[in-house]
Amino acid sequence: MPFLEFLFQPKNELEQGGRSAAPVQSDEREPEKTCPNCHNAIPLSRLWAGLNVCPCGYHFRMGVRARLRYLADKGTFRELFSEVRSGDPLGFPGYADKLETTRTSSREEEAVICGTAEIQWQKCCLFLMEPYFMMGSMGTAVGERITRLFEYALEHRLSVVGFTVSGGARMQEGLYSLMQMAKTSGAVKRHSDAGLFYLTVLTDPTTGGVTASFAMEGDIILAEPGATVGFAGARVIEQTTRKALPKGFQTAEFLLEHGFVDAIVPRSRQKALIARLLQMHAFEGGASA
Amino acid sequence: MSRSAYETVKLARSGRRPTGLDFIQGVFSDFFELHGDRRCGDDGAVVGGLADLAGRSVTVIAIEKGHSLRERMLRSFGAPQPEGYRKALRLMKQAEKFHRPVICLVDTSGAYCGIGAEERGQGQAIAENLMEMMALRTPVISLLIGEGGSGGALALAVADRVWMLENAIYSVISPEGCASILWKDAKRAPEAAAQLKLTARDALAGGMIERIIPEEGLGKAEYYAALRQALNAELEGLLQLDTQSLLEARYQRFRRIGKEREA
Ligand SMILES: [Zn+2]
Repeated sequence: MPFLEFLFQPKNELEQGGRSAAPVQSDEREPEKTCPNCHNAIPLSRLWAGLNVCPCGYHFRMGVRARLRYLADKGTFRELFSEVRSGDPLGFPGYADKLETTRTSSREEEAVICGTAEIQWQKCCLFLMEPYFMMGSMGTAVGERITRLFEYALEHRLSVVGFTVSGGARMQEGLYSLMQMAKTSGAVKRHSDAGLFYLTVLTDPTTGGVTASFAMEGDIILAEPGATVGFAGARVIEQTTRKALPKGFQTAEFLLEHGFVDAIVPRSRQKALIARLLQMHAFEGGASA
Repeated sequence: MSRSAYETVKLARSGRRPTGLDFIQGVFSDFFELHGDRRCGDDGAVVGGLADLAGRSVTVIAIEKGHSLRERMLRSFGAPQPEGYRKALRLMKQAEKFHRPVICLVDTSGAYCGIGAEERGQGQAIAENLMEMMALRTPVISLLIGEGGSGGALALAVADRVWMLENAIYSVISPEGCASILWKDAKRAPEAAAQLKLTARDALAGGMIERIIPEEGLGKAEYYAALRQALNAELEGLLQLDTQSLLEARYQRFRRIGKEREA
């Protein structure tokens, strides 16, 4: 598709500008973060201005609110189902406390936020998983919110865009957690069978039960550069098979090579590409509902 | 007298337990095995084919652990590769085409964990099964006969009815895995097993399954005959439903789990 090529022209990540995610500290010694890829120390303000991407191209993790700022058109995000929260269905030791402290530290109620938004004027349903909430693990609230979002999208004939990040199932919720894989898959299927469009963007890390359900069920599956994506954990595989893992195992690039993602898209090019893909799948008379 | 959750785990894993193929031989007749996923291979951990159940043609798919060490190795100890899930889906689609009911016999510690399995899309294979089974236009009954290990078991258990043998288990993670992640101590597995609520009785109480099949009190032949009868009676009922109602009920069966939990 030649008309999409402009999206893939190399661009300096730091030229994006105007999207700093947090107020810059003007102390004499600005806080820095060391890049695990190029080992340079990057001032945080520079990192934030560049969508949390190092000049070398390394994509640091990103919380949901920061992601919303670069993804959704200003002021268009309307959060849905924020009242849905995980209970403690098994009365699992320590879980209720863990939820409470995580809510305080992450300032989120759950490991996914859902809503409607416009992306370059394309209205869609959007879900973003939160790496800073128990590493995006899927419990009943995550499953319920995502299921409701697909049901909402089906009712309003909207496309769904989802950013995944997850360590897998939330084991403290036992089978309640496992069943969310089936539940969300059922909702994705109904949305899909109605001819509606679902796009996933796999971000670091997307693993376990989320990989084995809605992350891999998109019509189009994109991934962020370098993101770890897999089903079984790399350490578990190493311990089980007692074999050295190949270089780049379970990276987005590895999945691309093996045919499991459509394209790897750096953060700076995501918004324009997603908008274009949404436009190509806009439902006649329905997309602007 | 009830045993501890971890004692049940050990029973569910016991090598002396009947495996998938034992159930196929005992409950069904005229089994004809169908091989391969038509994509790249044939996984020995998943056995599937056509069979007769009390005079009715059905598709039966089982995860098979094997008995002898050699056989167990050939079948990866009942841990399916992506090809196993894709073969299962192929046979389910075939059953849908011919309006044949599907019976799945589930017994796995989990999906196969390895480099090749990841290269060939283990996560994608499971995800596709979940999605397609949710909309399969023919009745599906899944019976957990031993271990129901996480997503690797669920990939054959998106069904209209899910039953468990009395000493089978169904869990999101192994008790050992749970204990080592949460408490950095795999030796605390018995404690994790109790907390994970993985027994058949817990699963029934949580609304995850419809029925527990007792394991004791009958001789082998009577036992299999009773199970044959129970499956047949259940299929009888499911086949009465029109496809729309069947699929709506299957959707709602999973839809309601975790629905009530909001602030
Ligand atoms: Zn760098």
